[in-house]
Amino acid sequence: MTEVFGVPVAVIFGQLMLGLVNGSFYALLSLGLAVIFGLLGIVNFAHGAFYALGAFVALFGLQRLGVNYWEALLLAPLAVGLLGILTERILLRRLRGLSPLYGLLLTFGLALVIEGTLREAFGASGQSYPVPPALQGAINLGFMILPLYRAWVILVSVVVCFSTWFVIERTRLGSKLRAATENAPLLQAFGVNVPLLIAATYGGGVALAALAGVLSAPVILVTPAMGSSLVIVVFAVVVIGGMGSILGAIVSGLLLGVVEGFTKVLYPEASNIVVFVIMALVLILRPAGLFGKE
Amino acid sequence: MKLKVLGITLALAAGMAHVPSAVGADPDVVIGDIDDLSGNYADVAGAGAVEAIKMAIADFGGTVLGRKIVTLVADHQNKPDIGASKFREWADQSGLSVMLGGSNTGVMIAMSKVAAAKKVPFFVLGAGGASLTNEDCTAYTVHYIYDTTALANGTATTIVKNGGKSWFYLTADYAFGTQLQTAASKVVEHNGGKNVGAVRVPLAAADFSSFLLQAQGSGAQVLGLANAGEDFSNSLKAANEFGITKKMQPAALLAFITNIHSLGLQTAQGLVLTTGFYWDLNEETRAFAKRYYAKTSKEPTMDQAGYYSATLTYLKALKAVGTTEADKVMAQLKKIRINDMFAKDGYIRADGVMIHDMYVMQVKSPQESKYPWDYYKVLKVMKGEEAFGPITGACALAPK
Repeated sequence: MTEVFGVPVAVIFGQLMLGLVNGSFYALLSLGLAVIFGLLGIVNFAHGAFYALGAFVALFGLQRLGVNYWEALLLAPLAVGLLGILTERILLRRLRGLSPLYGLLLTFGLALVIEGTLREAFGASGQSYPVPPALQGAINLGFMILPLYRAWVILVSVVVCFSTWFVIERTRLGSKLRAATENAPLLQAFGVNVPLLIAATYGGGVALAALAGVLSAPVILVTPAMGSSLVIVVFAVVVIGGMGSILGAIVSGLLLGVVEGFTKVLYPEASNIVVFVIMALVLILRPAGLFGKE
Repeated sequence: MKLKVLGITLALAAGMAHVPSAVGADPDVVIGDIDDLSGNYADVAGAGAVEAIKMAIADFGGTVLGRKIVTLVADHQNKPDIGASKFREWADQSGLSVMLGGSNTGVMIAMSKVAAAKKVPFFVLGAGGASLTNEDCTAYTVHYIYDTTALANGTATTIVKNGGKSWFYLTADYAFGTQLQTAASKVVEHNGGKNVGAVRVPLAAADFSSFLLQAQGSGAQVLGLANAGEDFSNSLKAANEFGITKKMQPAALLAFITNIHSLGLQTAQGLVLTTGFYWDLNEETRAFAKRYYAKTSKEPTMDQAGYYSATLTYLKALKAVGTTEADKVMAQLKKIRINDMFAKDGYIRADGVMIHDMYVMQVKSPQESKYPWDYYKVLKVMKGEEAFGPITGACALAPK
């Protein structure tokens, strides 16, 4: 078999594929964070908790209400998004104009409250969410067996990421959103309901996290803490991409998934710090991030 | 921040109640419990273990030596410094009589140093590291439920003898994981098997598929999972998804019934594991489980059952010696035989290990399971000496 640096080509392709799957989750999560930071200036530490909440809504729906996976894919982000809008209206709104540190503290506290509530309700060891019947099985790619569900994750993630990017960068709604961050009073003078716009943006960003949660539910165990370790990595991804850059979040999410995948083969012990090493390098060489504006 | 309010309140209340007062009423007997109440292992012992302690105290009658029995509870949050400082505080200010320590080997090692310094009997109830009764042993430590040696002896011996000769390990990259892998490797080799390789996985990895493909690439017959909790569940789940469990036999070097409950039998079926207790073993275990279930709506894990047994064992020892003085209690503990729903003819060896039977179990298939929590069938009952092995001599207390 052909080898590169002593690693068979088949293994390299396999890791590339797995890296893309993990990168898809990073991209979806960092996208939500980047939208919220870029447009509202909020460092949303509750992102991981909303991700877990999305998975739990899907799980609860399946067990108690007979909501299947496909319905949950739509309903869970909707429900969590609404909760996000309420959070913005009731809590975050009051912090506007203050240092981002206050938002960080509030959302961090919120994350602890959500996780603690989930732990009280469902226990710490979590539960399994079955893979939907239509997506069971695997495809043989020649160099590896790829479970169908993981291929589906890549597909959904890429479609959702690029439509979000399109909405924000290429539509009228998107231009209003961006205008609201530049000069809110002026936009309001034109008759646009800016507070609603901002609440909806936060809700939308949080809904993206919930969608990632539903997508990951069949892959990993649904536990209250599932988001808290992930959110740190995702923050690093956002920093690497450039705080607030939508495209940066998507591209660096996918890229870092792949880099992490290769690290798992070459030096597994380092696989959970490689993202942070890259973050440090990026901050030294290009402080605004790969896609950030100076 | 995550410290259970209950724990703080109890600690404060007890702290006030136990200031040595003027001549008068005898002080209470204070049982401390420091455990993971909010993290990864909170379901394994956690709040359920607190319930088990309460049950034991109630069964004992609520008093011993004419003194009231009270409990203090705190969350160590899997941080050794928190566990050790809380232990020290209770020993200094709250008249602590005995400490029950829950999950996490790292925290327990730190706490055992306090036990030795403050001379407080210390029952390790949730942690696995065998070093606690070897290089880290103290005169006050009792390792009650299970250790890495017993887990490896049970699971690895059974699998090798049934033909699983070559092993590849997925190891959690910290003290517990490496101790477990080392113990299992020794057992595999001793029984004529072969250790093909291992991959060290950082704790709480988000995805295990890359590591699993490496395991598959090794061509080994057995996938040794030297990890625990969520990492164990997620790695087994991914192994199923990628079809690896069809080619390799997974071996759970540490799994609790709550893990199996989370994963579901469809994923966990066929898994071989070792446990110190199973709720559905016999009439006695079922009777205990029924009472426990009524309070918690869950079947007890081996840790929770062990908590109950350890509390009773301690209280009985107090009653026999008529004092809470640590040295006398420890001498008595090392003299008696333990007979209850958890252990039959168990005894505490010089190095602190509680020698009792361990059970090698296989997880049932969904068809075999007839009622809720009907998860295990017994493959083998291991006698205590066989499970825990001989005294190694690494502990200074071991007879020369």
